[in-house]
Amino acid sequence: MHDVMTICNYCGCGCGVYLRVEQDRVVGSYPSKNHPISQGNLCSKGWHLHEFIHSHKRLTEPLIRRNGKLVPASWDEALDYTAEALRRTQSRLGPDAIGILASAKCSNEENYLLQKLARAGLQTNNIDHCARL
Amino acid sequence: MVGLATSFGSGAMTNSIGELEGAEVLLVTGSNTTETHPQIARNILKGVDRGAKLIVIDPRRTDLAREAHIHLALRPGTDIALINGMMRIILDEDLADDLFISMRTENFTSLRDYLHRLDLHEIAAITGIDLETIRKAACTYARSCKSVICYCLGVTQHTCGTNNVQAVANLAMLTGNVEKEHGGVDPLRGQNNVQGACDMAALPAVLPGYQDLANQEVRERFRVVWGTAPPKTPGKSLTEMTHSGNDGAIQAMFIMGENPVLSDPHLKRVQDTLEHLDFLAVSDIFLTETAKLAHVVFPAASFAEKSGTITNSERRVQLCHKAIEPIGNCRSDSRIIMDLGRRLGCPGMDFASDAEIMEEISLLAPIYGGMHYDRLEGSWGLQWPCWNRDHPGTTFLHKYYFARGKGQFTITEHQEPREGVEKKYPFTLVTGRGSYHHYHTATMTRKSRRLVREYPEALLEINREDCVTLGVQGGDLVEVVSRRGKVRVKAQITDRVQPGSVFTSFHFWEVPINCLTNDVLDPKSKCPEFKVCSVNVKKVEND
Repeated sequence: MHDVMTICNYCGCGCGVYLRVEQDRVVGSYPSKNHPISQGNLCSKGWHLHEFIHSHKRLTEPLIRRNGKLVPASWDEALDYTAEALRRTQSRLGPDAIGILASAKCSNEENYLLQKLARAGLQTNNIDHCARL
Repeated sequence: MVGLATSFGSGAMTNSIGELEGAEVLLVTGSNTTETHPQIARNILKGVDRGAKLIVIDPRRTDLAREAHIHLALRPGTDIALINGMMRIILDEDLADDLFISMRTENFTSLRDYLHRLDLHEIAAITGIDLETIRKAACTYARSCKSVICYCLGVTQHTCGTNNVQAVANLAMLTGNVEKEHGGVDPLRGQNNVQGACDMAALPAVLPGYQDLANQEVRERFRVVWGTAPPKTPGKSLTEMTHSGNDGAIQAMFIMGENPVLSDPHLKRVQDTLEHLDFLAVSDIFLTETAKLAHVVFPAASFAEKSGTITNSERRVQLCHKAIEPIGNCRSDSRIIMDLGRRLGCPGMDFASDAEIMEEISLLAPIYGGMHYDRLEGSWGLQWPCWNRDHPGTTFLHKYYFARGKGQFTITEHQEPREGVEKKYPFTLVTGRGSYHHYHTATMTRKSRRLVREYPEALLEINREDCVTLGVQGGDLVEVVSRRGKVRVKAQITDRVQPGSVFTSFHFWEVPINCLTNDVLDPKSKCPEFKVCSVNVKKVEND
């Protein structure tokens, strides 16, 4: 059993949380005592932060729509299919026919990479996220 | 963000969260802080315990409003009128900070002349608040030199959202409450990394670090590092992409970790738009309502299964550590993007670690110039702007000068919400996050049995008086109808909302309240008017 320091995944307060890990499962969330925001406190969402991680409803395999239904596929299939579809749209209708939505739930690095993919890779500025919602 | 950026040159919280408890006056507007930002609310209440005066502007009597010394329960959508009225009173009482105005700001005289033309009695009539209460709030705010304004989406989610924010910025500059440790203007960010996603330019019209897309020098720097320059024309905003209908402008989309089918206004149009795409790929941890429409779904690793940095409301960039390996066959979004990028021939998509990605960010975004993983490790993070490796980070902004040079006063005029109440739709519907226990579209919180136990289903808050007129009792099923759609939801009798207003959250997919909301946008920020739409409410008779 060990604790791993991270930052809460919910609101913009940015509380310091320890995730308690037991045999590859996250089993608890605890506030950091000295963290400048949380100072030993968490809200009800923070105390239950770990509970969705191992939900049986998590997606665990890539899915591709075949005959109207989403069915499991390999990573290579899913990635190839996506790359080809985006490239096809790009060459047929131009880069601005593609829209990308990044996420306020993902890390800075992931958001940076995705806007780089949009701007440097696909050559479009059609990238946004849900800041206004 | 557009509003504050126009006034100050930067769209972020000017203070740190810890500074709130040292303020003398806390003005909280359009934020249900105790439920949506509990730890920030704790700092606010700590300040109140130490003797600070709390002013809350909110049409609802929220928990924080109950604790307030002055609660300004305005009619929804009349924020600008109220703040203009407060500013006029501050001028009349000679409480403006003339030295600050002359040294640090511009365009004041035009605002002053405009304010002098206002009729305060008319303002009382528009806002529905008596003049004495407005006067008391204005004087309390202006007399302190440590006054903080916190605002949230209650201010921005209007067609006049940008102007609302500029009105707030005007008020702060008028009294010189900006450039200080315990005084400032603080937009509270709703999601763990909204600030970071904006900083990283997951936005259609700027480059990382809020750099100008059209600036040749900036473009050249990106061209050197990326090997190709970013395109020049600004892109489409989220609502423009998800509401384009069948106009065919957008034909393929990649959506990472968002659920617009439940979170966006006027849902039917979102669904139509996404269904008509040639191609939709979604990366998420659950099969959300949006993912169900996709052609390809990527199973993403959750926050516990990856590392990286996120930036909180007070601009603090903090490290998240990986606790466990991705479950099942999941992969982190950064790996998915890089794998996709390489297939699309995008240059520079082969980073070995998140630390390496951050090195490129610090190279290109000056405000992140000193963010290096070795500095973030073992500390509580660093607050931007952090210009270089030796820079300690910045706890509060605009000391000595504004990010844009001088602070800009902007005249803001009251405009009525796009939809007024009328005979057929006599109630004003306000939406928001409705519970301490749930979050946004609740894809995560509703996986927790204990959180669901506390708040299992959607409720429509209706004032006691209206319940009597409608013949509704607590727990009755009611139908809410707007020009765009209808939903059924259980009624909750309360005095949190004023007569004539109803409130509910968008947490529950069974009650997709955004079928009703209006997708008219603020022309500048493109923020939808979630906070005001006209509806009718009637009891569902047992059939």
